[in-house]
Amino acid sequence: MGKPTEQIERVAIRFCGDSGDGIQLTGTKFTESTALAGNDLSTLPDFPAEIRAPAGTLAGVSGFQIHFSATDVRTPADHPDVLVAFNPAALRANIEDLRPGGTVIINSDAFNKKSLLRAGYESDDDPLESLRDRFQVVEIPVTALNREAIKDLSIGAREGDRSKNFFALGLMFWLYNRPIESTIRWLESRFKGDVLEANVRVLKAGYAFGETTELFPRSYVIPRAKIQPGTYRNITGNTALAWGIVAAGVQMERPIFLGAYPITPASDVLHEVARFRHFGVKTFQAEDEIAAISASIGASFAGHLAVTTTSGPGMVLKQEALGLAVMTELPLVVVDIQRSGPSTGMPTKIEQGDLLLALHGRNSESPVPVLAPCTPGDCFYTMIEAFRIAVRYMTPVIVLSDSYLANSAEPWLIPDLTSLGRVPVHYRTDPEGFQPYERDAETLARPWAIPGTPGLEHRIGGLSKQENTGNVSYDPHNNARMIALREEKVARIAAELPPVEITGDDRGDLLVVGWGGTHGAIASAVESARADGLAVSAIHLRHLNPFPPNLGEVLASFDQVLLPELNAGQLAMLLRARFLIDVQSLSKIQGQPFKVQEIRARIDELLRAEA
Amino acid sequence: MAAATTPVLTPKDFQTDQDVRWCPGCGDYSVLANVQRVMPELGLPRENFVFVSGIGCSSRFPYYMNTYGMHTIHGRAPAFATGIKASRPELSVWVVTGDGDGLSIGGNHLLHTIRRNVNLQILLFNNRVYGLTKGQYSPTSRIGMKTKSTPDGAIDHPIDPIAFALGAGATFVARTIDVHANHLQEMLRRAHEHKGTAFIEILQNCPVYNDDEWIELEDRKSRIEAALDLEDGQPLVWGADDQRRGIRIENGIPSIVHLGAGEDPVNKGIAIHHERHESPAYAFALASLQRPDFPLPIGVFRAVEKPSYDALLEQQVQSAIAKRGKGDLAALLNSGDTWTVGD
Repeated sequence: MGKPTEQIERVAIRFCGDSGDGIQLTGTKFTESTALAGNDLSTLPDFPAEIRAPAGTLAGVSGFQIHFSATDVRTPADHPDVLVAFNPAALRANIEDLRPGGTVIINSDAFNKKSLLRAGYESDDDPLESLRDRFQVVEIPVTALNREAIKDLSIGAREGDRSKNFFALGLMFWLYNRPIESTIRWLESRFKGDVLEANVRVLKAGYAFGETTELFPRSYVIPRAKIQPGTYRNITGNTALAWGIVAAGVQMERPIFLGAYPITPASDVLHEVARFRHFGVKTFQAEDEIAAISASIGASFAGHLAVTTTSGPGMVLKQEALGLAVMTELPLVVVDIQRSGPSTGMPTKIEQGDLLLALHGRNSESPVPVLAPCTPGDCFYTMIEAFRIAVRYMTPVIVLSDSYLANSAEPWLIPDLTSLGRVPVHYRTDPEGFQPYERDAETLARPWAIPGTPGLEHRIGGLSKQENTGNVSYDPHNNARMIALREEKVARIAAELPPVEITGDDRGDLLVVGWGGTHGAIASAVESARADGLAVSAIHLRHLNPFPPNLGEVLASFDQVLLPELNAGQLAMLLRARFLIDVQSLSKIQGQPFKVQEIRARIDELLRAEA
Repeated sequence: MAAATTPVLTPKDFQTDQDVRWCPGCGDYSVLANVQRVMPELGLPRENFVFVSGIGCSSRFPYYMNTYGMHTIHGRAPAFATGIKASRPELSVWVVTGDGDGLSIGGNHLLHTIRRNVNLQILLFNNRVYGLTKGQYSPTSRIGMKTKSTPDGAIDHPIDPIAFALGAGATFVARTIDVHANHLQEMLRRAHEHKGTAFIEILQNCPVYNDDEWIELEDRKSRIEAALDLEDGQPLVWGADDQRRGIRIENGIPSIVHLGAGEDPVNKGIAIHHERHESPAYAFALASLQRPDFPLPIGVFRAVEKPSYDALLEQQVQSAIAKRGKGDLAALLNSGDTWTVGD
């Protein structure tokens, strides 16, 4: 290579274009290559709900941001350093996020009168004109270069143009010294003939263009991140969830039953799990959300490890059946991959708005344990824990993921399976003294007695049941007692939860409390504040019902408590009610994750007020 | 659990110690007694039966059956039953539902369960009224029916359960009557033998809110005129000996043909009942026979073979294991691109 290289520590790139431009694919392939290059990374795919919005419009803009570094990365970065824009609409929708002085790479062939108008620019505007003062603008005729590279191949112009995202990808591979081989291997597994040849050629042409063009005087090297030794892979939250489901079946030595109805952003979990029939997994695409959970509860009664996956609107529909699972005390895992609402809302955008729904969305007193993973990889372990709690306590368990965790990727240390251990499930088989609602002295769980077991024939259902016998009962005191027992059963889970872990000092001026997918932004904000000498600590709650046993004590050890969450303050309300402390809520409901700076600014504000 | 080791069971083995709480005179008592009578004959151990219901009078049924049972939520019993059967195909799963539970709030689940041909027995008790909520009209109530919620008479067109099931692609469809023990038992046996969804409409009397809705069919004398008994391979003929009539079906439209003494129905173009027509068109024509213009067909409308959902699902699992070997979690987690970071 003739050109010099420069070593940098971190960079954030955003690819953006039409939803038909292959932006998500480009981002995914760049991510895979970056993972193989040994950098830590975090991604943020951001796409419209429409499959093909009108081409060239703002509504159709799809984006994919990746932040990678030689050190720890916890967020996709507040502001990209580089923006790769495939058309004027993408430029217009994204340019204000770019870091001042950052680089804009555009496909100049896409900047014509028609596409400028479609993006909402005036016909005589040159949008690049005003940008040249603020950013480094690199104009590349990507479409023409792409056509040139494949002109002798017998593929149509339209199909040929479709590979232009790989030209840009090849260029970015060169610019950041990423390996190109994994993408070529992937292309070889997907395409053949001239289409394969075209894509490979274009990818390499983009790479070669970087080497030869005078537009880029140097390329960049980001050293490998110093992370825990071991074997890594790239993983998204939804893949981790799906694999966690499969792993739970292996760990508990029982078959999995997944009932689901297609809904964004949860469908990918169904798709992924459906591939694993050879693990004895049965997936059932139901006629609706209600049937999906109902079939899962049926499978649980029959002795399977049952799970149903959905998102907000589907979660609402499942609540009546979930109440039955509470009443019948059957193990079940319900995964709600939260998305922006209310109602249909913004289906592909991010929110944490379903916490109160998970906790209180059913009629009457209907306690359900609630867990929330905090990183994409953590989705794997959260699923395993959810199944373990469900079976041990004979209760439905809710897992609250969100569309940020679902779609974003990170390097993941592949777990050593021996460390997961085996947790075999035992059904009741002894008819001697069997009572369907007799309770385990420690966990208060009732026995799991499955059809096919002689002598244990019994009936369960939604009507109030007599303690122990499980017969239908309208006795008022019995009803109160059974409600109290179910509350107590869920509360007892707290005894086996690890104490909440504090990042930073055990006491101080401010504690930042978070849950779910906001972990990276909160951790980064708190870390920067601590580096500046502020007495700030953080905790991140994985268990939202019951809370970890020492939570009250920890909250009381700080002068102030700040709770950033992507809703109107739901966990803040719960902590205020439960612990009678003045929690400050930092709320954001824009369908986008927190920027680190937004949290940091609020930390500074609270501490300034105190000083 | 081989049948050979199954102890001899009696109807009493299928009774629970719970007081049965239907109204005096309710048709459900008769259905319960007949189900309990048939169960011991089916050659399965008691623990392999599961009864699943939704909400409504009929849905109390599982509490009175000493088998495994699940009293679920309104309209969703077919979905719960699908989960049980799909996960454990060896179980004998019976759904008990009513005209409100199955055809109103649960219409969607009934449709899709039948469409998938899940190997279940579905007993739909049709009394053409909501009983448990005290007497509102149901989706099978007749136009004009006056109830508390329809003081000026019901104005929606009723749905016929048999036509509904046929429309969903049912592979086994039958109609029987609550108080006709032998016929009811025969239909239960047939339903049990059928591989796939077996749908039975049971005409059932509600003595409190819709008394005598089916009296002309329940009464031994009047049923001679009111009922058309379906027998495979036999002509569609009914009526007293001196007033025999038959059903002719032309272009899917049924009509009544009078038969003189000793006249051969076949020569008069009377249709021969055939349960196994590939097309459901014939069964639809039968389902269109309604009182008072026609006799109401009683018996098996249709019985055809199609693979069941639960069997196909199990087959997919087994063939995936045969083809790919039993799932290996470590191999899965390490699949695709990985990289190793050293110390």
